[in-house]
Amino acid sequence: MSILVIAEHDNARLGAATRNVVAAAAAIGGEVHVLVAGGGARAVAEEAAQVASVSKVLLADGPSLAEGLAENLAAQVLAVAGGHSHILFAATASGKNVAPRVAARLDVAQISDIVAVESADTFVRPIYAGNALATVQSADATQVITVRTTAFDPVAATGGSAAIESIEAVADAGKSRFEGRELAKSDRPDLTAATVVVSGGRGLGSAENFKILDPLADKLGAALGASRAAVDAGYAPNDWQVGQTGKIVAPQLYVAVGISGAIQHLAGMKDSKVIVAINKDAEAPIFGVADYGLVADLFQAVPELVQAL
Amino acid sequence: MKVLVPVKRVVDYNVKVRVKSDHTGVDIANVKMSMNPFDEIAVEEATRLKEKGAATEIVAVSCGVAQCQETLRTAMAIGADRGILVQSDAELQPLAVAKLLKALADKEQPGLVILGKQAIDDDANQTGQMLAALLDWPQATNASQVEVQGDRVQVTREVDGGLETLSLSLPAIITTDLRLNEPRYVTLPNIMKAKKKPLETVTPEALGVDVAPRLKTLKVVEPPSRSAGVIVPDVATLVDKLKNEAKVV
Repeated sequence: MSILVIAEHDNARLGAATRNVVAAAAAIGGEVHVLVAGGGARAVAEEAAQVASVSKVLLADGPSLAEGLAENLAAQVLAVAGGHSHILFAATASGKNVAPRVAARLDVAQISDIVAVESADTFVRPIYAGNALATVQSADATQVITVRTTAFDPVAATGGSAAIESIEAVADAGKSRFEGRELAKSDRPDLTAATVVVSGGRGLGSAENFKILDPLADKLGAALGASRAAVDAGYAPNDWQVGQTGKIVAPQLYVAVGISGAIQHLAGMKDSKVIVAINKDAEAPIFGVADYGLVADLFQAVPELVQAL
Repeated sequence: MKVLVPVKRVVDYNVKVRVKSDHTGVDIANVKMSMNPFDEIAVEEATRLKEKGAATEIVAVSCGVAQCQETLRTAMAIGADRGILVQSDAELQPLAVAKLLKALADKEQPGLVILGKQAIDDDANQTGQMLAALLDWPQATNASQVEVQGDRVQVTREVDGGLETLSLSLPAIITTDLRLNEPRYVTLPNIMKAKKKPLETVTPEALGVDVAPRLKTLKVVEPPSRSAGVIVPDVATLVDKLKNEAKVV
């Protein structure tokens, strides 16, 4: 029995999420193979070969795979699916895009966003915005799974010595075309991997006011996040959204500033180790999950906090 | 161009569900049900495409129990021209729904299928992609902007770290993200008009689709609850607690 892990990468570096997925694969048990499908991505394969617990790296390198188009990537996964009992993706935008396409072609169910492995065919996953945990068992021959990365500690980036096997890249399906990408540039840690996250909500009042969080994030070495309300109001970019439909984070420390704590937001952060809430409304639901709550005006409390740290 | 819009009846997003005491599922008896919020965005987008002249007819589809008719009527009040209910009391998982939708797409021959990116009950985020795979059509998930350009559609997608833009040949599958649009409120006159729009009912058997679930739910439990926190009186106490008690800074 071998497990195929689909690597996350940008053709230059292996995405950190891949190591969390390898950890989930190790929990299932069996040989772990990593597929690096990309364009000019040999460096990624070399990085993947170093990762602990990985026994083989398959490198499919070609222009059809350079932009991660779902049609081509799914075809590439299917080309190497045979002989693998499990096919694992990270539950990221890319993994969620491709995994169901692979599952449907194999005529198997796909299991989304697993947070625990019970056995080789039984997994735990959150439903209803994380308000319930379902244990599901699959009867299919191949398990196609996306892994919630925050639920598995990453395996070591080094210590492995897997062989790299080059395989032929699939031809372009020709049905979709990549036009462009606008990625937000940030010097801060990646939101989903940060050990500290500072998030702002509607209480900040404007994009200008959101900057009050910058010195706090700098001081804590934190990533910045936001509630849906703050994103919708244009205070923060879309990809900062933490919640059921945004990013799921589980840092050591989550500081919620001016966030009321709607069910959908809590779904994205309630597995954080320590939660701090700063809100002037003592009745805000966020205080129901916060380890430390401060009922105060954030415009006074945040600068004071920066001073005191 | 015909647009097919699948819609799902789910527990209203404001309801905090409770796990049943026998751990067989969540208690949805006597709970308010609504159209999945992402599907509302899908119906709205289809309606806007029709208003711009890019779409000629909008067909809303729902798979599930008889009460899904209400969801279809809501879709028709927003702007769908007719509805199709695939009626079944069975538990329908994403693969089964994708197969039902494929059967309907084969029959209706839409140029575009717009789905929500995920349903807020099972949080699967699979059906659109599975349908695209079964039809062998291109897909653009998590759409925040859609523009039909002749025989192609240009879609801006929300991805980790920003946005990316794809151009798909039609027919194609699009799934909606939150920022695609703001669904309109349904007005009373439109609700009345929606009651007169055609609603066809079919069964999975008639479509030749086996909907047997592939995943068995062994149990459903409450997530571990967090221990009650404390309210601190001031910033100094907060910093002290973070440093000396929680040891996180």
